[in-house]
Amino acid sequence: MKRGGVIWSWIWTILGILYFFLPLLATFMFSLRAKLGVLSFKAYENVFIDPQFITSFSASFIWAIFTIIVGVLIFVPTAYWVRLRVPQFRAPVEFITLLPFVIPAIVYVFGLVRTYSQPPLLIVDSPALLVAGYAVLSMPYMYRAVDTGLRSIDVQTLTEAAQSLGASWGTVLFRIILPNIRIAILSGAFLSFAIVMGEYVLAQYLAKPAFAPYLSLLIQNKAYEPAALSVLSFALTWACLGIIQIVGRGQQGQFAGGH
Amino acid sequence: MTISNVVKQDAPSARPASRKFSWAWLGVMPFFLFTFLFLLYPSSTIAIRSFQDSKTHAFTFQNILNLLHSPLLINAYSISIRISLVTSLGGGIFGFLLAYSAIRGGLPRFMRSSLMTFCGVASNFAGVPLAFAFIALLSPTGMLTNWLRALGYNPYFHGFTLYTFWGLSLVYLYFQFPLMVLIIAPAIDGLRREWLEASENLGASSFQYWRYVAFPILLPSILGSMVLLFGNSFGAYATAFALTGGQINLVTIVIGSQLRGDVLGDQGLGYALTLGMVVIMAVAIAGYTILQRRTERWLK
Repeated sequence: MKRGGVIWSWIWTILGILYFFLPLLATFMFSLRAKLGVLSFKAYENVFIDPQFITSFSASFIWAIFTIIVGVLIFVPTAYWVRLRVPQFRAPVEFITLLPFVIPAIVYVFGLVRTYSQPPLLIVDSPALLVAGYAVLSMPYMYRAVDTGLRSIDVQTLTEAAQSLGASWGTVLFRIILPNIRIAILSGAFLSFAIVMGEYVLAQYLAKPAFAPYLSLLIQNKAYEPAALSVLSFALTWACLGIIQIVGRGQQGQFAGGH
Repeated sequence: MTISNVVKQDAPSARPASRKFSWAWLGVMPFFLFTFLFLLYPSSTIAIRSFQDSKTHAFTFQNILNLLHSPLLINAYSISIRISLVTSLGGGIFGFLLAYSAIRGGLPRFMRSSLMTFCGVASNFAGVPLAFAFIALLSPTGMLTNWLRALGYNPYFHGFTLYTFWGLSLVYLYFQFPLMVLIIAPAIDGLRREWLEASENLGASSFQYWRYVAFPILLPSILGSMVLLFGNSFGAYATAFALTGGQINLVTIVIGSQLRGDVLGDQGLGYALTLGMVVIMAVAIAGYTILQRRTERWLK
């Protein structure tokens, strides 16, 4: 690489770093200004003692847990079964799992609300609909994470070996397949968690308590508290994706050790 | 139809027909049932009702015609498309330069993995918190605005506002260029060093290498990635809503207000508006798939 090229590389990289960090820095600095004249964590204190924060945050947390459970229950067996027994369904299943990328969330919720808000399908107020919607939104990530995990192990051989040793289907799934794709499921779960915690549209239009709509409301009414919450929200995303990175790296090490 | 397909495919196998095997399709039924109820059926409702009269439910093209004759809605499409073009082009070019710098630009190795991690986080950091971060940075009293003012340049005296087209584009770029870095990185990895060496041995200048070797190979993946970026910003809602309080005329914003209360005063028109969005997204994704196939010829 020529010298001029390296200089340009640094220029682009520094620009990127500035673009990445300046808004975060501005938000953080702003969040410290809740007390006049001094820098303090007052805004954070205000946030943590606000009962609405606790309600909405724990609501989102619960939605996320249920979303992960639904996702694991539906997408893991499907991905496994498609690889093992019904490869002819591979194309349609993959096509469907990618649809949430094509259909924007606002369009999706529009369809959901209009479909399920008139008899005989009046379930628009049910929390189950919200969880199902979240499971759909996180489906591309969950399914692909699990499918990638399954690709790295030999599903066919493992299943047949276990069965020829007399293992039941339960044993095959829970003691052979799941432990082998544990990491993949975990990274899918953390991605789903990050998506649900930050998701705004679905919770807003299905009128359920959640973190993002609360933050949006706060922006209209307060100055420093939303800054504190934005910082927290960013830290949460960072933590989720950081965990995936760490866990994922462990997986590679594990495989290398195994061979 | 699917059942008979399975049976037909299994029938000629050398094994004796085993009854258990032909029931294997049942294993994927929970998935199809779930996605039918909560994805396929609600989405197809939009398509069907776009062609129905909202009172009589008779088949009609009137909703589509009304959409095409509504200056407000055409304008919404136009702004949505323009903002997506600007941010996919800007984010695409900047993201490519950044990815190329980190991967092939002669920077220390750790820069690459940290860039990828940052981009993974930033491409997921959209919506309400992102809007607030830019309010803190670039609103009339934001941090950067204050710094620039101290230097004697107030962007708000030069036609800049955070809450309109260019401001929103700047905010969208925050999740656009990291996405570009993430999806273009494998293509840059696929550029073989031998190609550069071979062209240098043949006496090609750096410009000629780019003009005749690297750029033609990368072009389909760059364009394909930009198409994905286009879709990414075309469907964005929460960021724009939180930033402008719903005061900008984007398709997603109009759909949101139609959902809160029938602001268009015409249910059928709302469906047609939403359908138009799906059609544009579908065209974009189809374009991406075609370009992706072209890419795979060179980059294995």
